[in-house]
Amino acid sequence: MPSYQLSHLRALEAEAIDILREMAAERERPALLFSGGKDSIVLLHLSLKAFRPARLPYPLLHVDTGHNFPETIEFRDRKVAELGERLIVGSVQRSIDEGRVAEERGPRASRNRLQTTTLLDTIAEHGFDACIGGARRDEERARAKERIFSHRDEFGQWDPKNQRPELWSLYNGRLRRGEHFRVFPLSNWTELDVWQYVKQEGIELPDLYFARRRQVFRRDGMLYSPAPFIPLLPGESVFEETVRFRTIGDMTCTGAVKSDATDLDMVIAEVASARVTERGATRADDKFSEAAMEDRKKEGYF
Amino acid sequence: MGEIVDTSKGIHRGIEEGRDLLRFITCGSVDDGKSTLIGRLQYDTKTIFEDQLEHVEDVSRRRGNERTDLALLTDGLRAEREQGITIDVAYRYFSTPHRKFIMADAPGHIQYTRNMVTGASTANLAIILVDARKGMVEQSRRHAFIASLLGIPHLVFAVNKMDLVDYDEAVFDRIRAEFTNWAAKLQVRDVVFVPISALNGDNVVEKSAKMPWYRGTPLLYHLETVHIASDRNLIDVRFPVQWVIRPQSAEHPDYRGYAGTVAGGILKPGDDVVALPSGFTSKIARIETADGPLDEAFPPMAVVVHLADEIDVSRGDMLCRPNNQPIVGQDLDAMICWMVDRPLRARGRYALKHTTRWVRGMVTELQYRLDVNTLHRDEAAESLGLNDIGRVRLRTTSPIFYDAYARNRTTGSFILADEVTNETVAAGMLLSPGQ
Ligand SMILES: Nc1nc2c(ncn2[C@@H]2O[C@H](COP(=O)(O)OP(=O)(O)OP(=O)(O)O)[C@@H](O)[C@H]2O)c(=O)[nH]1
Repeated sequence: MPSYQLSHLRALEAEAIDILREMAAERERPALLFSGGKDSIVLLHLSLKAFRPARLPYPLLHVDTGHNFPETIEFRDRKVAELGERLIVGSVQRSIDEGRVAEERGPRASRNRLQTTTLLDTIAEHGFDACIGGARRDEERARAKERIFSHRDEFGQWDPKNQRPELWSLYNGRLRRGEHFRVFPLSNWTELDVWQYVKQEGIELPDLYFARRRQVFRRDGMLYSPAPFIPLLPGESVFEETVRFRTIGDMTCTGAVKSDATDLDMVIAEVASARVTERGATRADDKFSEAAMEDRKKEGYF
Repeated sequence: MGEIVDTSKGIHRGIEEGRDLLRFITCGSVDDGKSTLIGRLQYDTKTIFEDQLEHVEDVSRRRGNERTDLALLTDGLRAEREQGITIDVAYRYFSTPHRKFIMADAPGHIQYTRNMVTGASTANLAIILVDARKGMVEQSRRHAFIASLLGIPHLVFAVNKMDLVDYDEAVFDRIRAEFTNWAAKLQVRDVVFVPISALNGDNVVEKSAKMPWYRGTPLLYHLETVHIASDRNLIDVRFPVQWVIRPQSAEHPDYRGYAGTVAGGILKPGDDVVALPSGFTSKIARIETADGPLDEAFPPMAVVVHLADEIDVSRGDMLCRPNNQPIVGQDLDAMICWMVDRPLRARGRYALKHTTRWVRGMVTELQYRLDVNTLHRDEAAESLGLNDIGRVRLRTTSPIFYDAYARNRTTGSFILADEVTNETVAAGMLLSPGQ
C-alpha cells in the first residue's frame, strides 16, 4: 500500500510553490530578487515549476553593486536570455552617481550597505509590492523569527516587534499603499536541503560554488578574490589556493573556503559534515557585530 | 482522547526518496528546561555549528558559568526578556537520517497563548515540558488543551529534570496518572510520556541507564518514528484553486490548468468533480506538475489539475467530488484565538481568509470566552482580548466551502484581518453546524 508521504525535499518544494502562487495571487506587482547565488537560482527554478508553461507573473530584480563576480553576471544574463523572462537591474553605481549614497572609502570599502538604498529606490520606482527573497531561517539567529510574508513599512523597514502572526498556510497578503512584503519561500530550508534539492533537480549553478585553483588573498583570517576595486593592504599578497564559495555576494565581502569539493556530491558531503555555518564562514558583513544582521534587516536589507 | 499509546510502536517507512518531514512544537514555561532540551536535540544531532557553539561558550564564560549552557543556543525566554527581544515563535531545524524536523519554539506562559497557537497551527506533534519536581501544573494543562484545540494529533509529555528526583519511577508514574485522569475531555489521539533529563541527556537521544524501569524509547527515537502519514485527511477530496495557469501563447493557445495545493483526499485522473460555488461538474482530465503527469495527488502536493470540460473556474473556487462535498455556509460557528491588543469588537467587521478566498465577515455573537486554565466557559463575556480564546458566530458576505476543523485542518481554518490596518487579528477553527 502506498504511504502517501512526501520526502522532505518534496514537502519543502510543495510548500515553496504554494507560497509563490499565493503571493502572485495576492499581490499586484511582485518581483523575484535574483542575485545569481544558489538560493535565488533555486527560487527561479521553483518559480518555473509553479507557473510554467506560462511566463512568470513577475520579473527578476538584481541589485548590482558593480562589484559582482564576473561569473555571476554572465550566468544571470545567460539564464534570463534562455528563459525569455524579464530582468530589472538596480544599479548601486547609479545610486552613487546620482548622489543617493556616498561610496565608502579606504581599502576595506564595500558597497554591501549601499545596496539597501538602491533596492528600496528600485522597489519604489517600479512600484513593487512584494519581493521574493531566498533568505532561510537557519542562516542566522535574527532570522529564526522571520515570517514567510514579511511586512515592510513605507520606509522599507522591518519591525521585529510588530510582526503579523502567521498561521497554517494562510498568508495574509494585505497591504496599505507604499508598504511591501519580502516573501521567503525557502524559510524552512537548510543549506543542506538546498544542496540536496539542487542535486535532485539537476539545477545548474555557477562554477564559483565548486572547488578550483583560484587567485586569493588573505584578510582578517578569511580568503578573498582579488579585484581591481579591492586595493591590497601592506603585507597582503595574492596566491593560489583550491577554494570554493559557499555564498555568492558582493566580491568585497564574500570570502572563499578551502575545499576539495569539485562536484555536487562532494559539496553535499562537505556541507553535511560542515562545522561552521555558511554565513559565519564566509560573510564578513555579519561578523561586525552580533546584532549586525538584525540591524541591517530593520533598515530594509534582504 | 484515545488510549495512551506506548512509545515502542513499529517503525513506519515507505518514502521512496529517503527522509520525510515532521513539524513539531515545544512548549514550556520559564525554567522547565525547554531551551536546554532544544539545545540538546540540536547538539546531539550535530546541528550545532562550531561558530554557534563558540558563541555560546563565549557567553557562558562571560557570565561565569562553569559549563557551556546549551540553553543559550536558543534565545531563551529569560534572555529575551532581559534583552528586550520580541517574544515570539522561533523556528529551528535539525535532521537525522530518518527525518527532517521543523521545530516551532514557543514560550508557553499565558501571555503568549497567541504564540503557542501560531506554532501549533502547523505542528503534527507537541512536546510539553513538565518539571518532574512540580508535576502537572496549570500551564501543562493549558499547553495540552491548546494542542488539542489546534488539532495536533500527537502529544509528548517530556517529564524533565528527572535527575533532581533521583530518577524515581514513582514520581513519573504519578505525573502520568494525574494527566491521564484530567485529559479524558481532550481530543488527542496519541499521548506519550518520556522521563528525561535535558541537562544530562538522559532519554533524549540515548536510552538512559539511570531509568531501567522505563520501557519506552528515548525522545528522539519517538520523534523519528511516530506515524504521521494518517494525520492528513485522505478521504474528502478538496482542491482550493489558487491560480489559473493560462499562457495564451502561440505554443499553448488553449492550455488552461488549475494550480493549487491539495487540501484533502486523493485526486485521480478520470474522477468526477464538481466546482464550487458554480456547481458545474466535469472530470479530471489529467494532473501534472512540472515533472510530468501524475496518477494521483494528495495533501500537501502542489499540482496543476486539468478538467475535461471548459467550465468557468477561478481562484477561490474549490473542486471536490460530487458525492462528498464540504459544508457551504455563511453563518459560521468557530473557536477563535484573539491575537492583538485591540479587543474583538461586537459586531466588528473583518476580512476573513479561508483557503484561497477572502470574504468579509462580521462577528455576530460571542458565545463564550474560555478560561484556558480551568476550561470554564464564561458566557457573560462581552469581548475577547489579546490571547483570549472564545467561541463565536460569524456571518460572511458570501458563502465559504469548509469542513469542521476536527475533520480537516486546512479547510477548517481561517484568519481574520483588520480591514483598516490589515493586521492579522485572529485565528479561527470552524465547527460543524450544531456541533
Ligand atoms: N538538573 C536539571 N536542570 C535542568 C534540566 N533541564 C534544564 N535544567 C536547568 O533549568 C534551568 C532552566 O532551563 P532552561 O532550558 O533555560 O529553561 P527554559 O524552560 O527554556 O526557560 P527559558 O530559557 O527561560 O525559556 C537552567 O538552569 C537549566 O540548566 C534537567 O534536566 N536537570
